[in-house]
Amino acid sequence: MAIFKLTRRELVLGGLGGTAGLALGFWYGQRRERWAKRVPEREQPFSPSVYLAIDTSGVVTVFVHKTEMGQGVHTALPMIVSEELDARWESVRIEQAPANRIFGDQLTGVSTSVARSWDELRQVGAAAREMLIGAAAELWRVEVSECRTESSEVVGPSGRRLGYGLLAVAASRRTVPAQPRLKTPAEYRLVGTRAPRIDVPDKVTGAAVFGTDVELPGLLQAVVARSPVFGGKLAGFEAEAAERIPGVRAVVAISSGVAVVAEDSFIASKARAALVTRWDEGEHARFDDAALWRRLEEAAGQDGIAVRKDGDSAAQLASAAKKIEAEYRVPYLAHANMEPIGCTVWLHDGRADVWAPTQHPQAARAAAAAKLGMAEASVTVHVTLAGTGFGRKVEQDAVGEACEIAKKLDRPIRLSFTREDDLAHDKYRPAALHRLTAALGDDGLPVAWHHKVVSPSILAQAGALRGGFDPTSVEGGDIPYAIAHVTVEHVAPELPVPIGFWRSVGHSHNAFAVEAFVDELAAAAGQDPVAYRRKLVANSPRHLGVLNAAAERARWGEPPAEGRHRGVALHASFGSWLCQIAEISVAPGGLPKVHQVVCAVDCGIAVNPQIIEQQMEGGIAFGLTAALHGDITLQKGGVVQTNFHQYPLLRMSEMPDVETVIVSSDAPPSGIGETAVPPIAPAVVNALFAATGQRARVLPLKRSRV
Amino acid sequence: MPRHPLIVNGTALEVEASEETPLLWILREHLGLTGTKYGCGLGLCGACTIHADGEAVRSCQLTVSAARGKKITTIEGLAPRGRLHVVQEAWIEEQVPQCGYCQAGQIMAAAALLAKTPKPSDDEVMTAMDGVLCRCGTYPRIRRAIRRAAERG
Repeated sequence: MAIFKLTRRELVLGGLGGTAGLALGFWYGQRRERWAKRVPEREQPFSPSVYLAIDTSGVVTVFVHKTEMGQGVHTALPMIVSEELDARWESVRIEQAPANRIFGDQLTGVSTSVARSWDELRQVGAAAREMLIGAAAELWRVEVSECRTESSEVVGPSGRRLGYGLLAVAASRRTVPAQPRLKTPAEYRLVGTRAPRIDVPDKVTGAAVFGTDVELPGLLQAVVARSPVFGGKLAGFEAEAAERIPGVRAVVAISSGVAVVAEDSFIASKARAALVTRWDEGEHARFDDAALWRRLEEAAGQDGIAVRKDGDSAAQLASAAKKIEAEYRVPYLAHANMEPIGCTVWLHDGRADVWAPTQHPQAARAAAAAKLGMAEASVTVHVTLAGTGFGRKVEQDAVGEACEIAKKLDRPIRLSFTREDDLAHDKYRPAALHRLTAALGDDGLPVAWHHKVVSPSILAQAGALRGGFDPTSVEGGDIPYAIAHVTVEHVAPELPVPIGFWRSVGHSHNAFAVEAFVDELAAAAGQDPVAYRRKLVANSPRHLGVLNAAAERARWGEPPAEGRHRGVALHASFGSWLCQIAEISVAPGGLPKVHQVVCAVDCGIAVNPQIIEQQMEGGIAFGLTAALHGDITLQKGGVVQTNFHQYPLLRMSEMPDVETVIVSSDAPPSGIGETAVPPIAPAVVNALFAATGQRARVLPLKRSRV
Repeated sequence: MPRHPLIVNGTALEVEASEETPLLWILREHLGLTGTKYGCGLGLCGACTIHADGEAVRSCQLTVSAARGKKITTIEGLAPRGRLHVVQEAWIEEQVPQCGYCQAGQIMAAAALLAKTPKPSDDEVMTAMDGVLCRCGTYPRIRRAIRRAAERG
């Protein structure tokens, strides 16, 4: 936090120990003008980019502009810079960048952090490296070509060496090269290694600071009483009983309800329980699961927007000799981040400091400025570690509420969501109903495919749908299989339940329907599910690559052990290709026990294989939680589940062994964080079919025990 | 409000709070020991696990008045200052944490298990750890780290 001074003043170029060209004349032509005004002053002498600084002791600081929520960006992004810089990994530290447009897009989501930073951050490291070499060559009066770098040192003729720290000031006077030479993958020393995560030591000592851990003198704790019915409005409240509780500092109405502010969180919750509120419940007070499924079934009878149309599937299906149909259903789901959302706000000296575990720092800054009636320049958003995010922390509801509360108090406040608040006031993964129909040819392979996705649109509800269809509703429905006649359509009923982005978004339900259905087709054709898919992706080498890699590692060709059964699912998302093979056993009347998952992944260059393995393990745990247990149900216009006893998360005893196979590739890195979620549910239900001969077409599996 | 003498991480101190205040909030908001985390408030997730007289305890379910006289240890006090407990070392070697939020609870539960059962069986590990929830799926690494710590301990 010390790096970016809170006071803003014009950039003093001399203060950076460099020239205008150094600090600003980077290769991002269109950003140049903006940067000239906004690059914050830094203490390190050598800061050739907003993402990098090197001090005179050789400490390399990488400014991470994305949010660390477990997915490893605090390690993967510095690795990319450090590789091209040839920095000694042990000398690399990170600073979390605050919300600022100078960092480009800070939205941490859509599994893009590594993929979209790859080119830019390699150039940052490579440019700095060339400047350090140039400085050493000049000092030694030798040619640049006679120098190389290793482990944070420039090495010259006859073994002369100078560390980056000693060269920092001289390097800072050089012009930032516009097109530094980038390494070829064969030259990588750090990228591709299992470099230990930078964030791990603080996470085992309790020193890591999450949003909920920010400490400030005089900090008060706030909770909000919100409408128990979707869309309800506050009609009135009686604060006396709450205010009488010692330690309560304020009970105030805000736009979403009534905030109770107290000396600690326990007092705040106790006082909220003593508060009497009245709500104008609006039109949704009777909305429940029966109404939900009735609405989805009605919508399924309508024509949707065609999002893909190859050939004429309707005609083919009408005249098909062998037609297969199936319907799949998935419920609303909560994010259930271990760290519920929250936000800390301190208003002082005409400024606002905001701490949030946000996946969207720049939107948080805009939201805070709007609520506070301040210019964005007066609002600093400090991005903390996030105790997972899963898309929930893209939203700005907690930031807005916290700012409204802070305005009414003269002390810093932290707004927290309790677990009950978190489950009752989420932006849920939309429920969905899928209807699929296929016609099989004489060879058993599909000739026509029709898929109707019935699910509310996140973008439409947010007022962000710009014509056409919502790609986040149908993503994952765009099948890779070689089928001549394909129609995919989307019907988006408007429903009162607030919805949002949930790890893997549309892929989470589309992959379930598609991969379960393909398995049904293979069975109808009397063919092996892996062999069947192989034929359908014969011309799609990266699909084929992960399919074969998983099948080989799982020894698909050999029968599983007695009592064990396998299922496969193949799914590409976020630019990467995955195949999972789940091995399960089934006890009568119980949920399937998933023993092992083989997960083959092709995500281009594997920046850090260990982090990729972690994300595969994490994605499988997350997807399996949903497949087995995840179920948000509705009653009286609100959510039934209040805490983990009703919304169980996967436990250690339910976690399978995960064996990750990374398919080697020289392609640029692609997404990882969300990609392991979509295939696990279909892999498990396909294994269930192998075990029982029955299809589980409704999730979670506790709803359709077979 | 009543005052409560407590022993936290070897230090005797006194806090002022209502009798029924869960120790979790005393630790986090009165004493600034924020390594212990809130997850559910009902003893369902284990994120707030601490040691009370060496036993793994959910600090959201232990009131401050009930904590009087017990030796309370939090993640910050698990190892002497500047050093790491064998469980923490194993956690780093196995690169267990992802988001890290539940990890203090996991580590405290594992350390209490190993203090009592230095060489736990797989079933004993499962019994001790199954109630500590992790949303990131670090369970296989936790199992490996406990095995590693047990071999070393």
